[in-house]
Amino acid sequence: MMQIPCIHCGPRDESEFTCGGTSHMARPGLDESDRNWGEYLFFRDNPKGLHLERWRHAQGCGQWFNLARNTVTHEILSVYAITDPPP
Amino acid sequence: MTASRLAAPLGSRVDRSQRLEFQFNGRRFSGFAGDTLASALLANGVQLVGRSFKLHRPRGIFSCGVEEPTGLVDLSTGATRTPNMRSTLVELYDGLVAASVNCWPSVGFDVGAINSRMAALLPAGFYYKTFKWPNWQLFEPAIRRMAGLGTVSGEPDPDRYEEVAAQADVLVAGGGIAGLSAAVAAAEAGADTLLLASGPTLGGALAWRAGPRVAELIVRAERCGVRHMTRTLAFGIYDHNLVCAREVLHPPAGRAGAGGALRERLWKIRARAVIAATGAFERPVIFPNNDRPGVMLAGAADKYAHAFGVACGQRVVIAANSDSAYQVAASLRGAGVQVVAVVDRRPRADIGAEAAQVHTLVNAGIATVGGAKAVRHCSVFSIDTDVRPERLECDLILSAGGHAPAVHLHSQAGGKLRWLEESAMFVPDGAAPGVWSTGACAGIFTPDTAVNHAAELGTALALGRAVPAAAVGGAGRSLAITHIPGVAGKQFIDLQNDVSTGDIGLAAQENYRSVEHLKRYTTTGMGTDQGKTSNVNALVLMGEFTGREPADVGTTKFRPPFAPVTLGLFAGRRVGALYRPLKHLPAHEWHEAQGALFEQFGNWIRPAAYPRSGESLESAAQREAAAVRKTAGLLDGSPLGKLEIFGPDAAHFLDLMYVGTMSNLNPGQARYGLLLNENGIVVDDGIVARLGPQHYWVNTTSAGIERTAAAFEEWLQCEYTGLRVLVTPVTSRWGNVTVAGPRAWDWLASVGFDSALAPSSMKHMTLRESALDGMALRVLRASFSGELGYEINVPVDRVTGLIERLWERAPQFAAVLYGIEALEIMRTEKGFIHVGTDTDGTTLPQDIGFARAIERKAANFVGRRSLLRPAARDPGRFQLVALSPVDRRTLLPVGAQIAAAAPPTQTEGHVTSSYWSPELGAPVALGLLARGTQRLGEKIRVHHLGKVIDAEVVKAPFIDPTGERLHG
Repeated sequence: MMQIPCIHCGPRDESEFTCGGTSHMARPGLDESDRNWGEYLFFRDNPKGLHLERWRHAQGCGQWFNLARNTVTHEILSVYAITDPPP
Repeated sequence: MTASRLAAPLGSRVDRSQRLEFQFNGRRFSGFAGDTLASALLANGVQLVGRSFKLHRPRGIFSCGVEEPTGLVDLSTGATRTPNMRSTLVELYDGLVAASVNCWPSVGFDVGAINSRMAALLPAGFYYKTFKWPNWQLFEPAIRRMAGLGTVSGEPDPDRYEEVAAQADVLVAGGGIAGLSAAVAAAEAGADTLLLASGPTLGGALAWRAGPRVAELIVRAERCGVRHMTRTLAFGIYDHNLVCAREVLHPPAGRAGAGGALRERLWKIRARAVIAATGAFERPVIFPNNDRPGVMLAGAADKYAHAFGVACGQRVVIAANSDSAYQVAASLRGAGVQVVAVVDRRPRADIGAEAAQVHTLVNAGIATVGGAKAVRHCSVFSIDTDVRPERLECDLILSAGGHAPAVHLHSQAGGKLRWLEESAMFVPDGAAPGVWSTGACAGIFTPDTAVNHAAELGTALALGRAVPAAAVGGAGRSLAITHIPGVAGKQFIDLQNDVSTGDIGLAAQENYRSVEHLKRYTTTGMGTDQGKTSNVNALVLMGEFTGREPADVGTTKFRPPFAPVTLGLFAGRRVGALYRPLKHLPAHEWHEAQGALFEQFGNWIRPAAYPRSGESLESAAQREAAAVRKTAGLLDGSPLGKLEIFGPDAAHFLDLMYVGTMSNLNPGQARYGLLLNENGIVVDDGIVARLGPQHYWVNTTSAGIERTAAAFEEWLQCEYTGLRVLVTPVTSRWGNVTVAGPRAWDWLASVGFDSALAPSSMKHMTLRESALDGMALRVLRASFSGELGYEINVPVDRVTGLIERLWERAPQFAAVLYGIEALEIMRTEKGFIHVGTDTDGTTLPQDIGFARAIERKAANFVGRRSLLRPAARDPGRFQLVALSPVDRRTLLPVGAQIAAAAPPTQTEGHVTSSYWSPELGAPVALGLLARGTQRLGEKIRVHHLGKVIDAEVVKAPFIDPTGERLHG
């Protein structure tokens, strides 16, 4: 179980959080092609190494934030606000 | 029966003044306080303890610790019976009851032992190769009965388990001399230090050998504030240095034979740094019939003699591959045990001077072991072929093949291993992330070096300094070679799983060369011991068969738990009523007093109906629904999901969330809305009412409130970040009392509700803030039953009072209480959907009649883009329809498939809701049907368990099509 540093509450056990998947996904508009809309809905990279993802401190402050994690070592490289650009 | 107690001072761990009685296989024995079950059995001369997993061969006690492969017992009886406990770890207590595993009718005479006669027919993979036609499942139950070990009680576990979280700067796993030394150094350097010892006392496996130094370290540990726990095994290390440990309470707190006691604690410890000081296991020597009771690890016999005062035999032969054999020989002689000979596989030149102290046969191995259920003698062959085999009279054969460091924590944390050729062992190659090894588990076998390294490591980690490298060594020389080729008799690699050298050879021959494949094909390294005494021998042997070095064969992946852990430990207190705690209505007791029949709906426990005496749930629901349609009824709707949405952008936000438009509602107006996910699927529904320009009242389904609130938050925080909106869940703040029926208003008026709420002045789908004797009310005129209906939202602490006040006047209006079942009947009569029942994970809003609403709305909303996909516009989609059986009598079963021909065939849909309508005196049903909306009046065939019910697609709703009752 990872220990995740919530940007508001500090380090807490992973079981207090829910993961919302990859961050910084641009949400296409209504006029986007079916293919691009399908890519947005169903296709994600599965990188070995750095992954930017969003987490919610569901059993705590309830806030979403971004997290940069190494998917191999689970090292958390940084946490940053949900509206911040990638580090 | 040749074992016996040795005179004091041997047996430093046992207290001979405290005699404990226990039973094994129905026979009474006694031991001493401080004994394990294994030491007490050995002291009583019991060598045959159980039968093996597959071949039912007689087996005894092989080790003195956690690595025990064979000395397994079922402990206790009845509900507290625990299978496959290692007798070497079970601390003796008065009244202990234990029994052998995998034998019938008794361990001495075992019918299943026929398997050992057929051993040649039962090699690795035998079952899978043989019982594959017609299928494995056919044979599996019988084979499972024959194979296996202990049996579970089959009753609920009456004992209790706890979970505790803890933190430490430095966590030391292992209470031996290295662990103590590391912990003392870390604490003396100012670190908050926690020490876990798996045994009952500090000092570890060698405490009896290193007495005074251990005692001194324990004093220092007390003084510098090392927190320590005994009987606590660190069984796993997980992400970010979370160490999980199992604390066993001995004897279980509050128990003397009976159940219901606190038995174990799960410790979840987050540590900045972890020091592993978990010692090493002895590696056995392989020879024919090396599984006989009376063959055991050399170090174990040494410990039984010194720590427990038990001589495991009187005439000892030691089979050796390693220098450690001579230390044990000397130690046992010192304890007064006769060492007949050391049989060493190595040439004279490789053996140290200590061999001179004992009769040593070099270049030699054990060729046969005499005796089936105990050792009677053995014969020794020499690799120098001109020497005749020699017969040795003995009753105990010890196995000294070298050591294997217990590297599990290091490896679990991702640490690498390297092969140390001279000692034939894997040792940690540097540190693992967050985990540093010391002592024998790091390959440091010289006690002084280990103590010093541990201390330096403890200090360095406490102060954040560079850590010292491990000075690996001191284990002496040993030979990797693991078996004797070309002799008769099974040579076992894995005693617990009956894996012999031949099985490893077969795996190599059939190309299961990877250790992971080897493990799964032969089952070596599986079971309760996970190969603690067999893994290294197995992979060395695989290397021999395939011409590879052990380092190239590698080890299987180390995964937690290191030792068996009870399921109860992981369940903790999350059992029974606490497994999934249910929510109760604010007026739960009141409903109970009215005779409510409670059922679970989602996370809520609420009245399904209020049966009168003699009534079934179904007949009560029929009566209640009929009464609501005729007079009036009261439903406790408190679980209804409730959100308040505030802010300048609240209206715009709700337009984005809902299929319907909410921004054009005037204050006081309400509208039904559907919520979709990004795939366009209907996920929730409910009524949205506007309380003010920047304030909305949102109802969701009872089950959907948490996920709807979470979805709103996610959209606001992650996507529509510029909107000034506040979402406040208020379900637990507001109760809901729903009053419905033609006399609903008369009933409300009779208890003093404001006349502004009368149907004449308050329209359907409007909301008024009102008050009754100072009690704030939010009254929504809406209806899920199809009758004139008021959903009265009231602060939770006033719900019971309001219901009581209404109920006093009920007789006057012939009003009833109704539950969920009656509500389901009425909403089905009206054709109202229940999301998740009449919809599924493929249902789009146009499938349930919202095509027009989507067309009318210009703005974007969540899921809209997905409604434009070709598949979403396919006219063959499943659409919601009303269904009626042609005979107007037969209920259409929920879930029944609709198809022209009998299944198996392509389905055209299925029945989603179905009830008997008391109003119509006929069944009513809803279903999802391909092209459903274009098939009004069409006949369909409903298939249920081989029967066909003819039905037709009819117009919804079944009652009040013009809405006269609804609008009043």
